[in-house]
Amino acid sequence: MPLNREQIAKRIALELKDGYYVNLGIGIPTLVANYIPENIEVMLQSENGLLGLGPYPNEHALDADLINAGKETVTAIPGAAFFSSADSFVMIRGGHIDLTVLGAFEVDVHGNIASWMIPGKLVKGMGGAMDLVASARNIVVAMMHTSPKGESKLLQECTLPLTGIHCVHKIVTDLGVLTVENGTFKLLERAPDVSVEEIKAKTAGPLIVEKNIQVIQC
Amino acid sequence: MAGFDKRVNTYEEALAGLKDNLTIMIGGFGLCGIPEGLIAAVHRMGIKGLTCISNNAGVDGFGLGLWLEKRQIKTMIASYVGENALFEQLLLSGEMQVILTPQGTLAEKIRAGGAGIPAFYTATGVGTPVAEGKETRRFGDRQYVLEEAFHADVALIKAWKADPLGNLIYRKTAMNFNPMMATAAKLTIAEVEEIVPVGALDPEHIHTPGIYVHRLIQGQFEKRIEKRMVQHS
Repeated sequence: MPLNREQIAKRIALELKDGYYVNLGIGIPTLVANYIPENIEVMLQSENGLLGLGPYPNEHALDADLINAGKETVTAIPGAAFFSSADSFVMIRGGHIDLTVLGAFEVDVHGNIASWMIPGKLVKGMGGAMDLVASARNIVVAMMHTSPKGESKLLQECTLPLTGIHCVHKIVTDLGVLTVENGTFKLLERAPDVSVEEIKAKTAGPLIVEKNIQVIQC
Repeated sequence: MAGFDKRVNTYEEALAGLKDNLTIMIGGFGLCGIPEGLIAAVHRMGIKGLTCISNNAGVDGFGLGLWLEKRQIKTMIASYVGENALFEQLLLSGEMQVILTPQGTLAEKIRAGGAGIPAFYTATGVGTPVAEGKETRRFGDRQYVLEEAFHADVALIKAWKADPLGNLIYRKTAMNFNPMMATAAKLTIAEVEEIVPVGALDPEHIHTPGIYVHRLIQGQFEKRIEKRMVQHS
């Protein structure tokens, strides 16, 4: 079975390391916060101006002045810090964030990512995504392997307007875990009961398959 | 000490002199930390042809959504304009122009404007539509794009507490773009929840020193929540 959204998030959580400062994008990346391994501590950054993002509040702690970058009401953990948008992007653009997780429409073998604009459809804006991908030292893309129409989202060249160039290192999809290296995708892990052949068929860009492909446990 | 007392009593006084075709910065992230009363008062004034610099464009019927309803905005500069149906309509009909700017670049353009820095190089947007037509330059092993600073005629900002001198303290994530915008306009008007006496704010806790604030009004805030998420225990 391909992974569902929760399982993709659970797999990405394994990329977290003790002491990491992490920015999670909207969608599947947000779910990663639910699966932080118990034996490590990570600090979540929200680009609207919060380091130390906590879970959703209960009724009595609801506060209109405390939201995440998706504009949802949240809490701040003990030891959190608030700051301006300029300071927030000093953290991001200055390369101080250890790991960024975000979604995408397309990625390609050059590490390029397209995630904000589909020509002909309404453009809602890039928000902080271009800043995040331009500066992060370590980016994991969370997405489905194919579009709802079944077209591969892992390409030789992105076709949509780009969010950033040469920035994607790792991709976790419903079918597997891949890296981008030297102009090719490399398959590292596959979802349970998803064959390497299926992943090959659904990856439009060149794909190297390692000898022993592990099955994702989650 | 009247010389440094920035307080005004009415929104009419706060907005005196505003006219058509100004460039206005408006603080806030989504509906969080927006100067609600000032936005509503500009809506009542009905000035038009505005160039707005704000991270978002409000929602239908609230925040900058009000200005959209009255067709007051000519150009909108923002990083994300997703939650507004009217916005889409005005954009598609060509009644309004929109310039999408990456959020960090937007924040830094405003900061630079306030700091007297005319432009800066950033890696954000290189190789994307954002960099088209802009000067690029290589530093070390990377390409950067030159982004010019933003200035405004007026900044409408929101803070939590102020003293009469215009020293401001923000609350939680309602800070967002407000501190930079305070510095980047010829006329900065702050709407706050509470004005306390001079000396009541700890000087070490002031986020925006009064030098940047020209007019100060105590407002009433609805603090509408855009995406209400709660945990059921």
